[in-house]
Amino acid sequence: MERHGRRLASAMNLRRFFLIAVPYGWLLALFLVPFFIVFKISLSDLALAIPPYTPTMKDGIGQMLSAFDFENFVFLTTDDLYWKAYLSSLQIALISTVLALLVGYPMAYGMARAPEEWRPTLMMLVILPFWTSFLIRVYAWVGILSNEGFLNQFLLWTGVINEPLTIMNTTTAVYIGIVYTYLPFMILPIYAALDRLDESLIEAAEDLGCSRSKAFWLVTVPLSRNGIIAGCFLVFIPALGEFVIPSLLGGSGTLMIGKVLFEEFFNNRDWPVASAVAVILLLILIVPIILFQRNQQRQAESET
Amino acid sequence: MSQKIFAPWDDPDEKPLIRFENVTKKFGDFTAIDDLTLNIYEKEFFALLGPSGCGKTTMMRMLAGFENPTSGKMELSGKNIAGIPPNKRAVNMMFQSYALFPHLSVWENIAFGLKRGDMGKLDIAARVEEMLKLTRLSKFAGRKPHQISGGQRQRVALARSLAKAPKLLLLDEPLGALDKKLRQDTQFELMDIQEGTGTTFVIVTHDQEEAMTVASRVAVMDEGRIIQVATPDGIYEAPNSVYVADFIGDVNIIEGTAKPAGEGTYRLDWTENEAPFLATSEAPFSDGQNAHLAIRPEKIAITAEKPDDANNAVQGSVLDIAYLGNLSTYYVQLAGGRIIKAQTANTRRLSRRSITWEDKVWVSWSATAGVLLAQ
Repeated sequence: MERHGRRLASAMNLRRFFLIAVPYGWLLALFLVPFFIVFKISLSDLALAIPPYTPTMKDGIGQMLSAFDFENFVFLTTDDLYWKAYLSSLQIALISTVLALLVGYPMAYGMARAPEEWRPTLMMLVILPFWTSFLIRVYAWVGILSNEGFLNQFLLWTGVINEPLTIMNTTTAVYIGIVYTYLPFMILPIYAALDRLDESLIEAAEDLGCSRSKAFWLVTVPLSRNGIIAGCFLVFIPALGEFVIPSLLGGSGTLMIGKVLFEEFFNNRDWPVASAVAVILLLILIVPIILFQRNQQRQAESET
Repeated sequence: MSQKIFAPWDDPDEKPLIRFENVTKKFGDFTAIDDLTLNIYEKEFFALLGPSGCGKTTMMRMLAGFENPTSGKMELSGKNIAGIPPNKRAVNMMFQSYALFPHLSVWENIAFGLKRGDMGKLDIAARVEEMLKLTRLSKFAGRKPHQISGGQRQRVALARSLAKAPKLLLLDEPLGALDKKLRQDTQFELMDIQEGTGTTFVIVTHDQEEAMTVASRVAVMDEGRIIQVATPDGIYEAPNSVYVADFIGDVNIIEGTAKPAGEGTYRLDWTENEAPFLATSEAPFSDGQNAHLAIRPEKIAITAEKPDDANNAVQGSVLDIAYLGNLSTYYVQLAGGRIIKAQTANTRRLSRRSITWEDKVWVSWSATAGVLLAQ
């Protein structure tokens, strides 16, 4: 009887081990291993070879370890380009997040207040753009925003402007592109928070002397706070490392670290410096990611 | 030690706090409130009682200001309040779901309404403390709503809605979420608070026992109409219709034709084979008019021998016995198949009970025990 119990316990332990092993294995194979490869390259030196850096494993582990240095990281501090690109990326990501919140909150609010039977349709409309390739959607904006594009054509036709507006290849175009692309990530968590909001709380606030707008600021906004925070991080984190949007819509004046990274890798073929840029970017991103995780966890706890 | 009986509704000089005059409320084609006229007086504990969908919640929401009447007049202390938004009314509401703000502590919940006025900080703190004391919540002032029990949440909701000292407090099924024992305790607490603060309470409930316990007057509603407004004993002892008699408590309804038999007394022919029942009635019935005799089970005696002095006695056999602990209800089947419910208090232990299943018994009652109803 006791032996049977013990065997059962060990089977349970095995089961638990496999259950935990799957997500950890996933993280190990797809995050930690690539990260260490990139980190290793960032410690190497540029070389005219395939792969274009030295030392490699072929030189033997001991030889390789002794040849590692932080030269590339030091180099990043000497050239203005890099820290300016980081700062500019932070600025663009931050402003885009605020813009996405200003556009996304009213949309989420409207969805949550819409009649019950409309909501699935509205939700569908928010998600629908994901069914088309991201690249094609960004290219479509080139067609809209360029000097001969639909927007200028329309404004010229209506007589609002006489000269075409220069939007394409400016930072404005990058903002439009980022807000457009990441808007669903802002809308969905806020919608989820507002959808759960009990209508009687608003009525209670009004009953206790709040005007409608006061009730919104004192009850609706605080109770959708977790959705707002989640949405902001979901926009800010990918926007910070964004490469496709600034390289397609932004001009030479738009400095973003994702673009610098791409140029180092593919134009300069300087893998070690590019890897160093990537490692620093990751370190910058870790802070908001941890904050985001903590917010999610707190939300999960408050719901139990 | 003479206590003045609280009955402002009998005083023609008394001005009602709330006046509904021919109020109708329609949602599309659906009529929720149908031409309703009603007065509620200051310091009353008024209960709106009815099945779900009878319009009681709509009436309460109109008083709170969340709905406006389609037609008719609605007055609060003599002023028309139709169209005035909820935040501009001296009316507060305790919600069925309590609607406590989950992001605020108990203290902040109670202070929420006070902060919306022009009250000073110190005055607000003093008032909140007073409310916490009144509802015995002082220990929980710093907790969030999800950190306290259901009964405590109910008291927070009550304290919050009372904090602004409204002229009228609306309670929407305030005890619905509590278990039976706690509900009974809370009912008396509610009555104490209502008397102590002198606030007019209007309570919406589907629980007739609750309405009977707490209310000074009860309005029984059905399909947007008020069927009867009376004190709890009035509703129970003198229902004005079969609907009210049947809705409140347990009742035997015997249908037949009335025949006058002297001053205020009638004979009810209810079957061919038995003698007619004798019943008194203040309302007049004409010869041969259709009538219903409503009689409460506890007013019917059950005996093994035929009683000599009863006005009405009829024989049957015990079909079933429902033992409720303090009471037993006997289901007695008469010769024609009709079942009469008779209730007796179990003053003796069960083992000494003299009547059991299949026994031939007599059920009897006096002429004044029941009510004769036209419809």
